[in-house]
Amino acid sequence: MIRVDLPRFGRFEAWRQAARQLASAGFAPHEVTWADPDTPADLFGAAALPPAGPRDVTASTAFLSLARTVASHSDPERWALLYGALVRAQTDRRFLSNPADPLMDRLQRLAKSVRRDVHKMHAFVRFHELPATGPRRSFGAWFQPDHPILEAATPFFARRFADMDWLIATPEGVARFTGGTVRFDPPAPRPDLPDDASHDLWQTYFANIFNPARVKTRAMRSEMPVKYWKNLPETRLIPRMLADAPQRVQAMRDAQAAVAPSFAGRVTARLRAQSPDEAAPQTLDQAAAQAASCTRCDLCHTASRTVWGEGDPAAALMIVGEAPGDHEDLQGRPFIGPAGQLLRRELAGAGLDAGRAWLTNAVKHFKFTPRGKRRLHQNPDRAEIRHCRWWLDLERDLLRPRLTVALGATAAFALTDDASALTPRRGRIETALDGGPVLVTWHPSLILRLEAGRAGQARAELAADLALAARMLADAA
Amino acid sequence: MAPRTLQQKLAILSDAAKYDASCASSGTTRRDSRNGGLGSAGGSGICHAYTPDGRCISLLKILMTNFCIYDCAYCVNRVSSGVERARFSPEEVVILTLEFYRRNMIEGLFLSSGIIRSPDQTMTDIVRIARMLRVDHGFKGYIHLKTIPDAAPELLAEAGLYADRLSVNVELPQDASLRRLAPEKRPETIRATMADLRLSREAARERSHTGKRAPRFAPAGQSTQMIVGADAATDRDILRSASGLYAGYDLKRVYYSAFSPIPESSAVLPLVKPPLMREHRLYQADWLMRFYGFDADEIGAAHPSGNLDLAIDPKLAWALANRAQFPVDVARAPRELLLRVPGFGTKSVSRILAARRNGAVRYADLLRMGAIMSKARAFVTLPDWRPGGLTDSADLRARFAPPPEQLQLL
Repeated sequence: MIRVDLPRFGRFEAWRQAARQLASAGFAPHEVTWADPDTPADLFGAAALPPAGPRDVTASTAFLSLARTVASHSDPERWALLYGALVRAQTDRRFLSNPADPLMDRLQRLAKSVRRDVHKMHAFVRFHELPATGPRRSFGAWFQPDHPILEAATPFFARRFADMDWLIATPEGVARFTGGTVRFDPPAPRPDLPDDASHDLWQTYFANIFNPARVKTRAMRSEMPVKYWKNLPETRLIPRMLADAPQRVQAMRDAQAAVAPSFAGRVTARLRAQSPDEAAPQTLDQAAAQAASCTRCDLCHTASRTVWGEGDPAAALMIVGEAPGDHEDLQGRPFIGPAGQLLRRELAGAGLDAGRAWLTNAVKHFKFTPRGKRRLHQNPDRAEIRHCRWWLDLERDLLRPRLTVALGATAAFALTDDASALTPRRGRIETALDGGPVLVTWHPSLILRLEAGRAGQARAELAADLALAARMLADAA
Repeated sequence: MAPRTLQQKLAILSDAAKYDASCASSGTTRRDSRNGGLGSAGGSGICHAYTPDGRCISLLKILMTNFCIYDCAYCVNRVSSGVERARFSPEEVVILTLEFYRRNMIEGLFLSSGIIRSPDQTMTDIVRIARMLRVDHGFKGYIHLKTIPDAAPELLAEAGLYADRLSVNVELPQDASLRRLAPEKRPETIRATMADLRLSREAARERSHTGKRAPRFAPAGQSTQMIVGADAATDRDILRSASGLYAGYDLKRVYYSAFSPIPESSAVLPLVKPPLMREHRLYQADWLMRFYGFDADEIGAAHPSGNLDLAIDPKLAWALANRAQFPVDVARAPRELLLRVPGFGTKSVSRILAARRNGAVRYADLLRMGAIMSKARAFVTLPDWRPGGLTDSADLRARFAPPPEQLQLL
């Protein structure tokens, strides 16, 4: 029997070294005893570590990281389990990635318990300020973890609290951080931690952030197990907080319907006087401000905001699309998504200046169906178009465009109330409900959806229609 | 009246902050104090304590002030409430944050505030506190700022430089309720602010043409909260609203907060016990939408009322309402289908997928891998297990729901 004595600190590296040596010499797991500092001497004596053998010993990164974690468990059997897994992995790689394998399951459980303990130590260590001996502030804490995790848990504190000196004492030993370096010392008696005024403030916070109307002690106990309470000053308040909770809730109920403070009425009246008025808008800006809080249809409940028209308020040309898309909804501006960019290119190609026109939509809120992290565009229905026509009519009334271009069926319907198919109407001049001329053409998003051949044709038709619009405007000028 | 001590202010302003559910401190950029400053962040957050209401304390969650000019019926700090008022100075907030942090009590600060004077004024003060922490004190811990809708875009942009997370509360699942209960708030500006936050985050991720990265902007993303039980919205309405928000604004989380009676509460609200179980079921449903591929309508349709079954979890409720899709063959089913089996979590599904590459997966293997077989057994077939008539048995729901309580005789 070979006995390997592992040190108190740096034990994973020591195990790794010894395990590599033993496995290369072909020792089976049952031929090795692994000893922690407090393991008693073997009754029958044991052989020392033999020299390395001829075999190559390999281990995957995932196994090493698992082993490093398991090394911090208190189970004396852990070393033997790890060595058993290492030896077995030399001939059978696959079991390492099989969660159903009993040995892997056991190791994963040990690792999980260590990770939880480390996490709880990061959470529940409470520093008390100690008298400083130099320019750096000094803090100390006492903590009792389930497992010997001091080495595994300390780097977190070193990264977080680099600008102060501190010590964390545990039954396993003491970690001291002084001037930027960590040192591990053997166990020392529990340090005397002075009173700290910030701990009183902390208790005040703990008692007041608690909502007595929702007592859920099981949730609290499962995350903050009672075994940690002895070193958490705030937990002393818990029995009292629970005992008082019913009265506090009752007091909350009784305290309702109190008289409002005298200033409340004045403040509210002043604020509500500022809300936008409902008089009929006289300018496009006034109309835009009112449209921002439009609730004429249900689309406002899910869209980000009203996307109002944009362009030259003295424009002769009005271009009406369907409704804002995802980009337009987020940015609050019409025709800035892919279809809008295509339209702007085609307008420029026809010699029309987008900035001198008025660009708007028949419906001013985005309609969509959510799919995970995306919003899929939906066509507005007739009721929504009719509701929103109120704004389109107002826009037309304030603009009085000489020519309107309707992009797609929704815009054509909104302007003319004619819902018939678009193909025979495309390229024709129709009459809007208010009597103005409307040139009907494709919506640029149709071009983006069609396959290449038909898209090219539709794009040429859109370009021709926009060129016609340009000629009509030039003739009228 | 003598000026209040720091302790008194802390008592008032933490009491006023306790109705906000969020306390997350995870998922931000990795950083630490080895090159100066104080603190670290990144990776998973840490809950440093739990109060008896079962909520964790990860951040110092306080209001800068509980003075407020708004009159939101559901809020204890509304202008017409007779609650005690206090106001921290920016220095006081900074000192509390740093001293609690040094003692390992918190991961950072979650700062919110009543609206004083104007949204811009309030946001200016909030941003100033964050700037003092980050710039003057080199604080590298976590900062979550509650964003005031209607505040100027420059203030929002500066807040994003210092904060890990920004949040705007939608408050209520439906616009109509918000207009009724919070007349000074406007739902359209709340969503517009969320859209702005999303766009700013996207812009910060892009490199300019010179290859330089834009300054970081709220790396831990944005979240929101809605109050459950203060209006008549059904769970289906709530989940629909949440899925619209997740889709639109790249939200990390939607928090559901059971409406709890507040002192000085307004007469327009129900004074009932907070619906904690409903809140719990909503969180479960929210998880199903984000990690299990369910959509709001599927979950909401499991019960004709549009509300979730309080007795059983929403995934089980969905499975019971859609038994035609079961039993699922664990050896062959794709990941998406395994995720729909009650009792299988995302982790157990990953383990099943890994294990079945190594051979047949049996009943005992599933137990060992953490699947909850008491639930799953009715919905799966395995080499050594067939549910037989169990999947379609009429009393299946009764096996999971807690037994009806015997009423006391008077």
